[in-house]
Amino acid sequence: MSDNQPKIELTGVTKSFDDKHVLRGLDLTIAKGESVVIIGGSGTGKSVTLKCILGLLQHDKGTIKVDGQDIKKMSGTERDEHLDKFGMLFQGSALFDSLPVWRNVAFKLLQAHHMPHKEARERAIATLASVGLSPAVGDLYPAELSGGMQKRVALARAIAAKPEIIFFDEPTTGLDPIMADVINELIVKCVHELGATTLSITHDMASARKIADRIAMLHEGRIIWQGPKRDIDHSGNPYVDQFIHGRAEGPIRMQVRRF
Amino acid sequence: MNPLALIGHTFLEFLQATGRLGYFTARATSHCFRRPFYFRQIGKQLLDIGYFSLPVVGLTALFTGMVLALQSHSGFSRFDAESAIPTVVVLSITRELGPVMAGLMVAGRIGAAIAAELGTMRVTEQIDALTTLSTNPYKYLIVPRLIAGTLVLPLLVLVADIIGVFGGFLVCVARLHFNAANYISQSWQYLEHRDVTSGLWKAAAFGFIIALMGCYNGFNSKGGAQGVGTATTNAVVTASILILVSNYLLTGILFAGK
Ligand SMILES: Nc1ncnc2c1ncn2[C@@H]1O[C@H](COP(=O)(O)OP(=O)(O)OP(=O)(O)O)[C@@H](O)[C@H]1O
Ligand SMILES: [Mg+2]
Repeated sequence: MSDNQPKIELTGVTKSFDDKHVLRGLDLTIAKGESVVIIGGSGTGKSVTLKCILGLLQHDKGTIKVDGQDIKKMSGTERDEHLDKFGMLFQGSALFDSLPVWRNVAFKLLQAHHMPHKEARERAIATLASVGLSPAVGDLYPAELSGGMQKRVALARAIAAKPEIIFFDEPTTGLDPIMADVINELIVKCVHELGATTLSITHDMASARKIADRIAMLHEGRIIWQGPKRDIDHSGNPYVDQFIHGRAEGPIRMQVRRF
Repeated sequence: MNPLALIGHTFLEFLQATGRLGYFTARATSHCFRRPFYFRQIGKQLLDIGYFSLPVVGLTALFTGMVLALQSHSGFSRFDAESAIPTVVVLSITRELGPVMAGLMVAGRIGAAIAAELGTMRVTEQIDALTTLSTNPYKYLIVPRLIAGTLVLPLLVLVADIIGVFGGFLVCVARLHFNAANYISQSWQYLEHRDVTSGLWKAAAFGFIIALMGCYNGFNSKGGAQGVGTATTNAVVTASILILVSNYLLTGILFAGK
């Protein structure tokens, strides 16, 4: 395997739900160890893109390759190995509400990696500490936590098994600005210390600037602009300008009717 | 739409639904025989489906046996056949009423619970999360329920049989003044092995059906709270109907030629 082989490569990916065309030929390449942030309006298919790469949704056309391997041509064991590389933070946290917090965080270690109970618990508590949660939280159930705490537990769960590739779907929404910055630093640390490749989705430009090596903007099912984060302020792209400045007026038309 | 097209459309939809269920069943069953097994989950389900259903199933069986004795008495006394009551009670309970009543009660209790739990997990993306944590949701969620349902329902029915027969005994002895020792010996006299085992085979089939319909409807639920509600209703209704239909078919098979 050559070193300049992209970690994740999407070419011409399309995905429709019935007659709703969400992705319309999406191209995106992510190098090993790179941190890419996808920005874009609500409902443009950012979460769908992540789910297609994971294979939770089947894309219609185009190819998705991870480590050079086409995800549609994988055998059962190859698919297991493929999934084992990933950690995913879901937009809605998706914590298992029948399990206490620490078992959520240690889930993959216990079930898939067969780590001894005690060691897994220690790792879970340590990971919880890195997202600013005390050991006592470990014994609570997800329903007993606030929204922001649930998000941090979900984040801990995504990184606890030290995966090669981590997807963060809106890691900082619902957090206060200080905690948001703690999480941003944690993501940066994951990339540096684990050498992980990350793909994040965010609406929070401050967060995007902090965690991204490269930013890509998704609009109408395609990547309409991408580049290093320092270029985002002078991209020369009116869509990007409108988005990062959060203006209602511009080329992006929101589907709202005026009163 | 013209009526013919409507009939055709409905028929095709029915075929499609049957195909989907068939595929799901085949896939889920094949996972039952392949590693890894989640024994902890299986144990939890055995407890949930079996142990916690005991009160409901026991009460149902008790009153079914009691009513059966009462009704048989009022019928049989018309032609002086009261002595057949113990036999009628024990055969009806072990062959039919035990498994069917227990099956229907558990369908209401467990079918609904499974569908609601898996349905909620589906709509809150917990099932997707399982996959991303390298855990196959079929193996972790569905297999334990199918195994537990199939294993535990025969045990429940065995308990139901005993309690049901006891209900009949209670009414006959306490209210209708039968001799207790005679009642028991008459119960045993005509009882064959098959009467009990056929009921237990049925119970295993019903347990599988209940768990399967709960899992299928929950696993494939869509939308939010409303979708989960629909899944729950469908699970109970389809499981109950399938129990009654398969009961007829199984009776035909198990008692073929007799
Ligand atoms: N399972 C599904 N079935 C049908 N339509 C879906 C499904 N999942 C997503 N969609 C549709 O696909 C579109 C993109 O959804 P997606 O969740 O990717 O948006 P998003 O870009 O993540 O938005 P947000 O920033 O609000 O999270 C939406 O219009 C949504 O209605
Ligand atoms: Mg989203």
